[in-house]
Amino acid sequence: MAEVEDTLKRIQSQTGVIGTIVVNAEGIPIRTTLDNSTTVQYAGLLHQLTMKARSTVRDIDPQNDLTFLRIRSKKHEIMVAPDKEYLLIVIQSPN
Amino acid sequence: MPVPQKHAAVKTTQEFNTRAQSKAPVAKGVKVIGRKKDDDDRIDTGEEEWMQGKTLVKPPDQLDLTEAELKEELTRILTANNPHAPQNIVRYNFKESCYKPISSVDQMAVHFVLEGNLVHKDSHEARRQVAKQGVTEDMIVEDVVAEEEKPDTPVTGQLEGGEDMAEGEDGGGEERPDSVDIRAGKKEQKLTNQFNFSERASQTLNNPPRERSCQTRPPPRAHFSSTANQWEIYDFYVEELQRQEKNKEKQKAQPSKKEEDKIKKKMITVETQSDDITKITKVSKIIEHMVNQNTFDDVAQDFRYFEDASDEFREQEGTLLPLWKFQYDRAKRLSVTSLCWNKKHKDFFAVGLGSYDFTKQGHGMLLFNSLKNPTYPEFIFTTLSSVMCVDIHENLSYLVAVGFYDGCVAVYNLKEHSDQPAYMSTAKTGKHTDPVWQVKWQKDDLDSNHNFFSVSSDGRVVSWTLVKNELVFTDIINLSLDSTACGTAFDFHKQIDYLFLVGTLDGKIHKCSKSYSSQFLETYDAHNMAVDAVRWNHHHPDVFISCSTDWKVKIWDHTITTPMFTFDLNAAVGDVVWGPYSSTVFAAVTNDGKIHVFDLSINKFEALCQQAVVAKKTKLSHIEFNPVHPILIVGDDRGYVTSLKLSPNLRKKPKEKKGQELPKGPEVEIDKMEKLLSLLRESGSNQA
Repeated sequence: MAEVEDTLKRIQSQTGVIGTIVVNAEGIPIRTTLDNSTTVQYAGLLHQLTMKARSTVRDIDPQNDLTFLRIRSKKHEIMVAPDKEYLLIVIQSPN
Repeated sequence: MPVPQKHAAVKTTQEFNTRAQSKAPVAKGVKVIGRKKDDDDRIDTGEEEWMQGKTLVKPPDQLDLTEAELKEELTRILTANNPHAPQNIVRYNFKESCYKPISSVDQMAVHFVLEGNLVHKDSHEARRQVAKQGVTEDMIVEDVVAEEEKPDTPVTGQLEGGEDMAEGEDGGGEERPDSVDIRAGKKEQKLTNQFNFSERASQTLNNPPRERSCQTRPPPRAHFSSTANQWEIYDFYVEELQRQEKNKEKQKAQPSKKEEDKIKKKMITVETQSDDITKITKVSKIIEHMVNQNTFDDVAQDFRYFEDASDEFREQEGTLLPLWKFQYDRAKRLSVTSLCWNKKHKDFFAVGLGSYDFTKQGHGMLLFNSLKNPTYPEFIFTTLSSVMCVDIHENLSYLVAVGFYDGCVAVYNLKEHSDQPAYMSTAKTGKHTDPVWQVKWQKDDLDSNHNFFSVSSDGRVVSWTLVKNELVFTDIINLSLDSTACGTAFDFHKQIDYLFLVGTLDGKIHKCSKSYSSQFLETYDAHNMAVDAVRWNHHHPDVFISCSTDWKVKIWDHTITTPMFTFDLNAAVGDVVWGPYSSTVFAAVTNDGKIHVFDLSINKFEALCQQAVVAKKTKLSHIEFNPVHPILIVGDDRGYVTSLKLSPNLRKKPKEKKGQELPKGPEVEIDKMEKLLSLLRESGSNQA
């Protein structure tokens, strides 16, 4: 419990990290460091994308599974770690 | 033609009851009407029929045929087939979902249908009706007919006129005898008026139709839609398999396990009750690594790709490129007392923290860092006493042996998420009485128990075996065989299992065997001060290196009691290590904050690189090469660990000759070292 909290805190304190969001299986954000509207937008869209990506990976080989998703954009890098029930999303602007 | 019928109806209104008693009143009524119609037709068309009988009327479009043509016989065959019956009826077949032609066609043509209402008097229906009505006839007739007949007659007479007059009178005439007959009780001979009889039907009041309905509540409806992917199907099968296996297990293990299940359930519920966020522990760590990778992207790039280009222009010099610096706030006041790479996970290393100063003893710390996350250790253990030495098991990388300043040894299991060691020696179980300077895992013993050795300044070398949940100790050798001696370092031979070296506080190095506890195989008068480290060469089986606080680093052939090489580094040497990639490379750290890297095959007298890597007044205490990557880590007395990359000159391979494949493998490395040694031996013998 405290360990995760610490880890999340450390992640947030890293340079360039804009926000961390924890999203549950339904795509509802349960923890965030961003403002409400941004959180909802990120959570909704990334949840969909992750599900789609996971479905793609598993369609190709059902024994396979998605473990990570990194989206590199011009401004940010969005890292999505899908777990069994939760998604951890971290938005970082490199440099 | 309806007019006479109406009259008749009116006339017979009062007589209805009477006639209702007769045998088949309905049937007779119809008969009368039918006949009346015939009569009228005859009257209307009577004259025309006479005329038409004599003249032939030809249709205007009739063909004129000659006699011969007329006599010609035309054969017509009459069949039972209906010419109008359609031949091409098709019906929709739901089974085959297409239209199908129907072969059998109904050939019967119906031109006229009229449902009659006559009942034959001998038929069952008639008899039944008679039987129903016959009993009550007499009484009703007597009462009703007698009274109502008289006023009836004049009315009918007046109403009936013209053509119908005769019929009306006939009807009346006919009826009277009829009623008389009834009165006389002659049922059989009763004749009804055939001409003036109309049926009078009456209708009972129909109950107005009433609608009554009730509605049940509609069953709840829900829309369900889903797509079946390959992987969803796969998941289902896997689940199903698991369920089947569970069922089998359950059948095998009957109620005795129920209690356990309950406990399990409780555990699960407890787990689920706790904050959900713990489930992302693992991924949060991965994310942390990635965030760090982004932040320290340039360092990572350097680690992987940077090669110092200026090395090409320097012959016998190299540099060290500082990469990540590992620090942990709570360990700032402690000094790094030991370093150990994880052999399995090459980015992972352990750091022991404590204090060498007798007056400043306090708590110690054991940290596990990964190159992937320089900002924060992966595992943190706080200990009561200074950690003096650490060793990670070669194969079971989660087992970590630790020696403490207070003489204890302990084994931490990283798989168990607890702050306490899995095994700990106590005063009862043979703990050392002085600081433990080095621990080292050994191969599993014959009973395949894990075991490790420790050396302490109390002079004992002890073997510790992990048995179930305790540490069992065996004294291997006591260094104070001849005089009091304090072990400070040891190392085990890479190939010969039983052979090991022990460095002591007074500067001697003993070659010992595990099997002889009463004597040393050899004793080297190596140094004037405490031996800080002694290590066998990775490649050459005869060579080892030692370093001491007396500023010296010495390289030995264990068969010879005098050193092969001696290097003076102008400061107390804290640690020395062989390079894993070459038999002739070693690195040492000194108290003045410098790293010295030697390659004997290039320069036998001077270091290729002498580089100060920490701030002034910081002492470097330990150094380790990464087993695969060209980097080394150094620890200092402020709790920092710095990683450095070796420049190409420091890990130079012999130059390739064109068209000649370079031999590789351990033999090459041994040869390289052997060449050096033979040179020295020759010169030594010459001098002698």
